[in-house]
Amino acid sequence: MADIILEARDIVKTFPGVKALDGVTIRLRRGETHAVVGENGAGKSTLMMVLTGVHRPDSGQIILDGEELHFSSPHDAVSKGISIVYQELSLVPSLSIAENIFANRQPVGRLGAVHRQELHRRSRDLLALFDLQGIDPATLVKNLNPATQQVVEILKAISTEPSVLILDEPTSSLTEVEASRLFENIRRLTKRGIACLYISHHLYEIFEIADTVTVLRDGHFVCDAVVADIDEDFLVSNMVGRTITDIYGDRPDPSSFGALRLETRGLSRAGAFMGASMQVRAGEIVGLSGLVGAGRTELGLAIFGAQPPDSGTILLDGAEISPASPREAIDLGIGYLTEDRKTQGLFLDFPVRSNLAANRLRSLSRGPVVSDQLVDEAAATAVRNYRIASGEGRKPVRTLSGGNQQKVLLGAWIGIEPRLLIVDEPTRGVDIGARSEIYGFLRGLASRGTAIVMISSDLTEILGLSDRIYVMKSGKIAGELEGRAATEEAVIALATGSA
Amino acid sequence: MNYFKRLTGQREFMIGAIVLVVVVAMSFASPYFLSTGNILALLLGLSIEAIIAVAMTNLMVSGGFDMSVGSIVAFTGAATALLLAAGFPVFLAVLVGLALGAGIGLFNGLIISKIGINPFVTTLSSLSLFRGLTLILTKGRNISGLPDNFKAIGQTTVFGIQTPILIAAFLIIVGDILLRRFRFFRQSYYIGGNERAARLSGIGVDRLKTLAYVLTGLFAGLAGIVMTSRLGAASMTAGTGLELRVITAVIIGGASLQGGEGTVLGAFLGSLLMALITNALTLLGVDVYWQTFVIGGTLLTAVLIDQVGKKSGQSKALKAAKAATSDEVRKSA
Repeated sequence: MADIILEARDIVKTFPGVKALDGVTIRLRRGETHAVVGENGAGKSTLMMVLTGVHRPDSGQIILDGEELHFSSPHDAVSKGISIVYQELSLVPSLSIAENIFANRQPVGRLGAVHRQELHRRSRDLLALFDLQGIDPATLVKNLNPATQQVVEILKAISTEPSVLILDEPTSSLTEVEASRLFENIRRLTKRGIACLYISHHLYEIFEIADTVTVLRDGHFVCDAVVADIDEDFLVSNMVGRTITDIYGDRPDPSSFGALRLETRGLSRAGAFMGASMQVRAGEIVGLSGLVGAGRTELGLAIFGAQPPDSGTILLDGAEISPASPREAIDLGIGYLTEDRKTQGLFLDFPVRSNLAANRLRSLSRGPVVSDQLVDEAAATAVRNYRIASGEGRKPVRTLSGGNQQKVLLGAWIGIEPRLLIVDEPTRGVDIGARSEIYGFLRGLASRGTAIVMISSDLTEILGLSDRIYVMKSGKIAGELEGRAATEEAVIALATGSA
Repeated sequence: MNYFKRLTGQREFMIGAIVLVVVVAMSFASPYFLSTGNILALLLGLSIEAIIAVAMTNLMVSGGFDMSVGSIVAFTGAATALLLAAGFPVFLAVLVGLALGAGIGLFNGLIISKIGINPFVTTLSSLSLFRGLTLILTKGRNISGLPDNFKAIGQTTVFGIQTPILIAAFLIIVGDILLRRFRFFRQSYYIGGNERAARLSGIGVDRLKTLAYVLTGLFAGLAGIVMTSRLGAASMTAGTGLELRVITAVIIGGASLQGGEGTVLGAFLGSLLMALITNALTLLGVDVYWQTFVIGGTLLTAVLIDQVGKKSGQSKALKAAKAATSDEVRKSA
C-alpha cells in the first residue's frame, strides 16, 4: 500500500456543552479514497472543519506529509494542500466557469485588470482533466446542469493543486447517472495521487467509490476497515451501535391491498409529462423512479393540484377529480410531501407545532378560531408518534436535525389522514437511523389503507420499499416493475432507455 | 416559570416595559405629562397612524408592505371632500371614500400577487400616482367648508374622549384578536413564513395577499376620512410621510420585512412609544428637530435587540437539539 499523506491523531474538539470529537484518529493514504461515515451528529462535519482549518482542535495532531500542521484559517489549510468541495454548491451562478474556478485568484495583467486569455487557458486545462474540452470556460455557471456545476466546484477545489481533497456529500444534488460520472472523476483524481476524503449518507456509494472507511459515532472513532473486507450491515451496525436488520421492513402480501385508490389516464402537461397512466391501490407503496427531469415531481404536483395537467383524467376511488389547487387536493384527502423541505416544505422560523398545523388549520379550529389546545394536542401526538427530538417544541424547526425536520413534515402530512400521499424524495439528507424510522412510518400508513406514491432518485430505497415501481423517462412512463422482482439493472435500463 | 418566560420573551412585553419606563420617568420629570389633556392629545395624535397600522401589521406579517398609505389618506380625504362640496350626502361620500381606498389596495394587491411585481416598487409607484392625482383633483388647494354632520365623525367626544381615539381603539382590539386567534388571519403568518410552503399546505396565497392590500387601502381610506373630518378640511399634503411612521411602528412592534411575525398590539405599542418620545422631548423642551433623529434611533435599537436575542436564542436551541439527538442515540444504543 502507498504511504500515508494525511493523519489526524487523537483529535478532541469541545463546544460548550458538547464534546463533538473525542479522540478521533483517521489515516489517509496517497491516491486512495477514504470514506467517513456516521449518523448526523457523529462528528463528521466537525472533523472536516478541523481538517480544513475552520475549527481549531482542543488537542491532537494533524500531520500532512510527515509534517505537523496548525491551521490559522481555512485559507491557510488550502495553501498547505487541503481543499474541500462543500455539500451546497458555493458557485456564483451569474459568473462564468473560469471566474468561478479562480474566484479570488484571477490572473491579472498590468493595472490589475483580469488577464482573460490566461484565465480561460488555465480553465480549459482544468476542464480537460475531466474530458470537458468542449465546454467554453466563458459559459455562465447558471447555464450548466447540476453535474457539470459539481465538476466546476471540484475544479475550483483542485485548482490550488491540493494533496488532499475533501468531498462533503457531493452527490446530494445529483442523479444516479451524474453520480457515476462524479465517481469516474474521483478515480481520475486518485490516479493522479490525490487522496480523497469522502463523506456520504449513502452507504452504497461507499462500496462503489471508497477503498477504506472510518466509522464515527457520537464523536468517537468506532473502527476503520478496508471496504473490500466488509458489507453494508457491518457499517450500519457500527454507525448506529445496534443491529438494524432490514431498514425497509417486510413487504406485505399483494392480496392484502385494497381497492384501486388512484388511477391516472393519459395525463399530460406540456413540457413536463405525456400520457402518464398509472394505478395505485389502497395500502400499496408505489415507487416512481427515473432520472431527475424525467417529469416525476411534475406528475406528483399535477395530481396534487399545484400544477394542474393540460389533459387526461385523474380518478380517486373511482370518481373523477380535477383539483385546481393544493387546497382542493387536501380536501379530497391527497397529501404531497415536497422534495425540498427547506424552501417548499417547512416554515423554518416557526416551532414544530405551527409546522404540524399548517396544512390542517381548519380541523384544529373551533369555529373560526384556531384552538391552541387542539394544536398542542396534535403536536404532542406527532412528536410522540414520530419520535421527533425537538426539545421543548417551541424552538424553530430550523434548529432541528435533517431527520427530525423530515419527520415533522411527514407528521404534518400523515396528520391530514390522507387517502393518497405522494412523497417526493422522502429521505433526502436524512441519516440512516431516521431513514429506517421514516420507512416504518410510510409502511405503517400504507397498512392503515393509505395509497402511497414514492418519488425517489435513491435506487436502493425504490427497490427496498416499493410494492410496485413505475419508471419514467423523458416525461413518459417507460415501464412498470414488480417490487420484489425488480433489479437495479432493470430500473436503470428503463430510466435511460438502453433496454 | 415556562409561561412567564414565554410572556417576557414576547416583543410586546419588551415594548410595553419601555413604554412604562418612559411614562414613569416622564411623570416625575413633568407635572403636566400625566394630565388628561396631554394624554388625550397624545392619543389623538397617534390615532390616524394607529388605524392604518392595524391593517399594515396583517400585511407585513404576510410578507408584504405598502408605501402608498400616506397618499391614499390624502386621495380619499380629498375625494370625499369634493363629493361633499358637490352636494353628495355624507353617507354616500364616506362610502365612496372607503371604496376608493379599498380599490387602490386592490390595484396594488393584484399587481403584486398576480403579476409578481415587487411590493416596494408597486406601492412606491402608487405613492406618486395617488399623491399626484390628489394634486390634480384639488388643483393644489385645500377643500374646506364641509358639512357639520360630516365633521361630527371626527370631532365628537364620548365621555370626553375624541372619536378618532375610540375608532382606533376599537380597530386595534378587534384587529389584534382577529390576527392572533382567527384561522383566516393566522394564515398570514404562514404566507410570510414561507410563501411556497404555504401554497403547498393548501393556503390560498394569492387571494390572501391581495386581500391584505385591500384591507390596508380600506383602513388608509378610513384614516383619510377621519382626518379630513377632524380637521374640517381636506389638505393636499395630508399624510405626507405617514407610510414611514406606520411601517416604523409595526416594525418596532415586532414585525419584520421578511414577514411571519408581528402583532397588532405590538404595532400599537410601537406607535405609542414613538408618540411618547416625541411628547417627552417637547415637554422637556428639547429642540423639535431632534424628534426624527430619536425615532430613528428607537427603530434601530428595537431591531438590534431583536436580532441579538434571536441569534443567542438560536445557538442555544441548536445546542439543545444536538444534545437531544445524541441522547436519543445513546438511549437506543
